[in-house]
Amino acid sequence: MCGIIGVIDRTMSRMDGSSIKEALSLMDERGSGEGAGYVAYGIYPDYADCYAIHVFFDNLLEPKTKVDAILEQWGRIVHQEEIPTYEQPRLKKEHISWRYFFKPYADQTVGTTNPDDDNVKHLVMDINANVEGALIFSSGKNLGVFKASGWPEDVANYFRIEDYKGYIWLAHNRYPTNTAGWWGGAHPFNLLDWSVVHNGEITSYGTNRRYVEGHGYECTMLTDTEVVAYLFDLLGREHGLPPEVVVKALAPPFWDEIDEMPEKDEEFMRTLRLTYGPALMNGPFAIVVATKDGIVAFTDRIKLRPLIVGENGPRLYISSEEAAIRTMDPDVEKIYMPRAGEPVIGRVIE
Amino acid sequence: MAEPLVIDVKGMHYSPLNKMIRKAVATGVKEIVLNNVLGQRFIGNGVRGDAKIIVNGVPGGDLGMFMSGPECEVFGNAEHAPGNTMDQGSLIIHGSAGDAVAHSMRGGKVFVEGNIGYRGGIHMKEYEGKRPILVVGGTSHAFLGEYMAGGLILVLGIGNEPAVQDRGIGSGIHGGEIIIRGDVDDKLLGVGAKKVEFTDDDLIRLTPVIEDFCGRFDIDPKPFLDTNYSRIIPASARPFAGKYTWE
Repeated sequence: MCGIIGVIDRTMSRMDGSSIKEALSLMDERGSGEGAGYVAYGIYPDYADCYAIHVFFDNLLEPKTKVDAILEQWGRIVHQEEIPTYEQPRLKKEHISWRYFFKPYADQTVGTTNPDDDNVKHLVMDINANVEGALIFSSGKNLGVFKASGWPEDVANYFRIEDYKGYIWLAHNRYPTNTAGWWGGAHPFNLLDWSVVHNGEITSYGTNRRYVEGHGYECTMLTDTEVVAYLFDLLGREHGLPPEVVVKALAPPFWDEIDEMPEKDEEFMRTLRLTYGPALMNGPFAIVVATKDGIVAFTDRIKLRPLIVGENGPRLYISSEEAAIRTMDPDVEKIYMPRAGEPVIGRVIE
Repeated sequence: MAEPLVIDVKGMHYSPLNKMIRKAVATGVKEIVLNNVLGQRFIGNGVRGDAKIIVNGVPGGDLGMFMSGPECEVFGNAEHAPGNTMDQGSLIIHGSAGDAVAHSMRGGKVFVEGNIGYRGGIHMKEYEGKRPILVVGGTSHAFLGEYMAGGLILVLGIGNEPAVQDRGIGSGIHGGEIIIRGDVDDKLLGVGAKKVEFTDDDLIRLTPVIEDFCGRFDIDPKPFLDTNYSRIIPASARPFAGKYTWE
């Protein structure tokens, strides 16, 4: 069990983090106090063209010296600082949270359509796998993940998320079941522009992990959700599939449903399932993924985890519980439960 | 009649709330009104007696779990598993409900005016005089009556043609019956479920349930007493006898 809630304002009007804190805290029972976190898009307008790299350091000596060196080798650190935090009685500070605003050198990589993203992906993988005492947990532009081991309200207060304003927010309350709770294992999981919150478990993790590791990703967070962020980066960014198609690759219809589709759809789905067989995710899950352009939510095909959607004008809410949506927006107009495996998409209107 | 006990539960946790409800019922209060309910779980959990609990708002999961006797009426939607292992009494929900409605229910009735999510009536059961009833005014998502062992599920499908469009109806059913208005496509039946003719005797049996449901939500029962239904029951007395062991 875990609790998730997300919101997008499709007109990109920004909301501070106070109401999502209230909503996530309403679902405290869905967690165990061992992990909670938030991600917001649009929070760093002053550094909008820099990659905002959030790092957990065990100390600011060796690990940070090594990270500084790697970043300076691959690009320019425009600004860096400790992320402001505020002591909470129930939250044990286990890492120092640091942020860099970083611009990679564009001329260092060839053979790619997006050298900046590929550079940053590479150095995130390198640092997380090889620099002991440093973990990059957020690496997108104009967005930031804030997470720790603790209860939703304590983690929110620790980072004072009400001080940040974003047009997309995702939040997660963790109840770790298969691996121990730790700061890096709290959700959201992020790589570049992709952030993921997840309730459930990916029982196909081994297959999915081998698949993404064959494409240059390294799983270092000791929990299954990480692989979802990498699958979205691989299929959505590197292969350029639209979000609806990524969801259909990860949670495809059953074969008997595909058999009954019109011929063209049937052929498309067969091809997709065969091409992305190792990306198919099994097990119980409800997932929300965000990028700067919008959010997409979906559940496993037999709906073993809850997901409810609310709409109010430009705002689209997705949560494990209706009450959490109503906490964020008492005037929410439309509430409905999407079908299993069907993507719910909220896109920004520019 | 005594004044009802009115509680504003805004921001209240369910533990003190349930203590207040239990204490009130124990001291003879017959009606409890809860205002501004939002996400409080386990409301009415294990309460015994004949009190009436009115819930104004959206209660959290497992509403009326283990409840034995009271009537709980909700003016709002319910979340997951209202009526979980409920023993006796009734839940009347003026709205829709989440997944696993009437989970493992063993007696009493759950009426949902709107729709229910996945796995409604999962593992409902019956024993001698105890026969739980789940009635849904709207439609249901997949795996309705999954692993059902007893009791009655009735789906009227108001505003939905066909009444149920999701797969896996009665998947793993080995007792009880699922009645759905109109025809049900065979491909929607789950493993172990079969569709049998809905007879005049069945309608006579169901009439009081339909009238009771319609009465609670101010719906004209006539169209539901003069229409066809599909009756879904276990494929045999022990459809899974050879699944895990050999005899």
